[in-house]
Amino acid sequence: MTILLFIEQMLNGLQFGVMLFLMSAGLTLVFGVMGLINLAHGSLYMIGAFAAAAVAAATGSFVLALMASLAAAALAGALIELTIIRRLYDRDHLDQVLATFALILIFSEGTRWMFGSFPLFLDVPKVLSGPVTLPGGIQFPAYRLSIIVIGLLVAGGMFALINRTRVGIRIRAGEADREMIAALGVDIAKLYTFVFALGAALAGFAGALVGAIQSVQVGMGEPVLILAFVVIVIGGIGSIKGAFVGALLVGFTDTMGRILLPQIFALFLEPSSAVTVGSALASMLIYILMAGVLVFRPRGLYGVA
Amino acid sequence: MKLRSAALAAAMALAGATAQADVKVGMITTLSGGGAGLGIDVRDGFMLAVQQAGRDDLEVVIEDDQRKPDIAVQLADKMIQSEKVDILTGIIWSNLAMAVVPAATAQGKFYLSPNAGPSPLAGKGCHKNYFNVAWQNDNLHEAAGAYANDTGFKNSFILAPNYPAGKDALTGYKRFFEGEMAGELYTKLGQTDYAAEIAQIRASGADSVYFFLPGGMGISFLKQYAASGVELPLVGPAFSFDQGILQAVGDAAMGVKNTSQWNKDIDNATNAAFVETFQAEYGRLPSLYASQGFDTANLLISAMGKADVADADAFRAALKDAEFDSVRGKFAFGDNHHPVQDIYVREVIKEGDVYTNKIIATGLSDHADAYAADCKM
Repeated sequence: MTILLFIEQMLNGLQFGVMLFLMSAGLTLVFGVMGLINLAHGSLYMIGAFAAAAVAAATGSFVLALMASLAAAALAGALIELTIIRRLYDRDHLDQVLATFALILIFSEGTRWMFGSFPLFLDVPKVLSGPVTLPGGIQFPAYRLSIIVIGLLVAGGMFALINRTRVGIRIRAGEADREMIAALGVDIAKLYTFVFALGAALAGFAGALVGAIQSVQVGMGEPVLILAFVVIVIGGIGSIKGAFVGALLVGFTDTMGRILLPQIFALFLEPSSAVTVGSALASMLIYILMAGVLVFRPRGLYGVA
Repeated sequence: MKLRSAALAAAMALAGATAQADVKVGMITTLSGGGAGLGIDVRDGFMLAVQQAGRDDLEVVIEDDQRKPDIAVQLADKMIQSEKVDILTGIIWSNLAMAVVPAATAQGKFYLSPNAGPSPLAGKGCHKNYFNVAWQNDNLHEAAGAYANDTGFKNSFILAPNYPAGKDALTGYKRFFEGEMAGELYTKLGQTDYAAEIAQIRASGADSVYFFLPGGMGISFLKQYAASGVELPLVGPAFSFDQGILQAVGDAAMGVKNTSQWNKDIDNATNAAFVETFQAEYGRLPSLYASQGFDTANLLISAMGKADVADADAFRAALKDAEFDSVRGKFAFGDNHHPVQDIYVREVIKEGDVYTNKIIATGLSDHADAYAADCKM
């Protein structure tokens, strides 16, 4: 493999990682701050993508579509937090899994009822279609490059929010000791709704960004949800920094594994079985990574005991 | 009391219905999740034919397998044991077909496949009660390989998902393609990001790309391929360019050549009527999946006119005759109960605002599958 191809694949891994970060940031906050397992996070991703596709079809503007995805997912998030999720904080994790799984079914069938079973059209904006040439002659899709930039900006914004603002202090305090912060007069219910809506908005935003280069269809959120759980377990539950590092690790491991493993096996197996064995192992690689991390750091890379 | 009499009335109505219905069909297909578009098209095509036949001795039970093999197996057991169906049909995905079909045919049920045609069921694992109305999995890919030769491609990069139909696809393409392989990849079933694969295609030095990625996978691949700036010609089977996918892909698919056993412009009266009535009934153009569902139901109805399903041998012979008006024009079964048919090359075009296909050539004529010789019935 040439060095240029290697760099291009690293960029692909980075882009995948950044996208995973947008998805996992909300999940890890909700899990860390409120102790809630939210399986419906993938549905919020889907809502973002569908809202973007609908608005893009109606107005033709990609910027409006992105804003719609943020608004729709945040709204849906706030709505389910106020009506359903808030009743689950004191319940067993099993109850939470059951209730949020029910939400997946409701959102999926609701979306099918509104938009039908066939995938919707959502394309990248004209300005960003096609490739750009990077230094060294690497051709890389302009849109993927923008996802990297946007994702890194959002990550920076999240760090600033958590570490530098009053809301961030409250979120961290809520994570450490929720009774104490309530006793100090912080409206914990409002804080929870805010955190949940924020996480939902990020997931919806990721759905819209990715929807433009993938298929906008019912059920698109669940495969990503599984990856997001892997990310937050690797990174340590509740840690934004952990989610970021975990997302990049998973992004790089998955992308490089898919390319390198079949080639490595080709060194000592015949081509057809090398492809089969390599592809099969590549799809397990991130789970092997997760198991490896957990052996040495049972609470994840940045998890607190 | 009221409730009980209502239940009694319902039970009596049901009993009345079963007494009338001589043939009971169990349809297991994918109606939810990522692959739902395919199952819905098969179901709608099938039910259109049933409705047009207007027979009151045909009852269809429809269940959703969610594209999960374990659920498909449970549904098949339920349909055979408690619903007492005579015939099963509907499965879209080859891995589900492999889980359901051998057990169902071993219990003496007929299975009519409207889509999946995995190679084991055409060869060594064939069964006298299994009929495939669509194609053996390799067929469209074989035609694509033949088309790639005719076009003068010498060096193809090929990719497909890692599941039975994906392996059949690449095997089929390689069986007919005479050029070199610049690269061969199996991706994860359901994968949505192909950046790493596209970078490998760019670096491979291929002169053409052959890909089999049905449903949402194909949409993702085509959009990402268009944005990548790789400009090698694409060839695919119809599954990557069916009516349900094209609107979501848009311009990125224009002009791409793909192979299919059916298209809406095949010139015969049955096909013209099918396209028109399907559009009137459901408000969209039929896909090849819908055409396969429609043909499957018409095959069944033709056999019902000639034999009683209780007489398995006579009914089987009636199915084998395949005396129905297929939307494909001519249609016949080979000795392994798989179709012998023409496979066409189509091009993606735009008709007004709608993306669709038109036939530009015949890829393979009277084509049978490569596994028939291994089948001992």
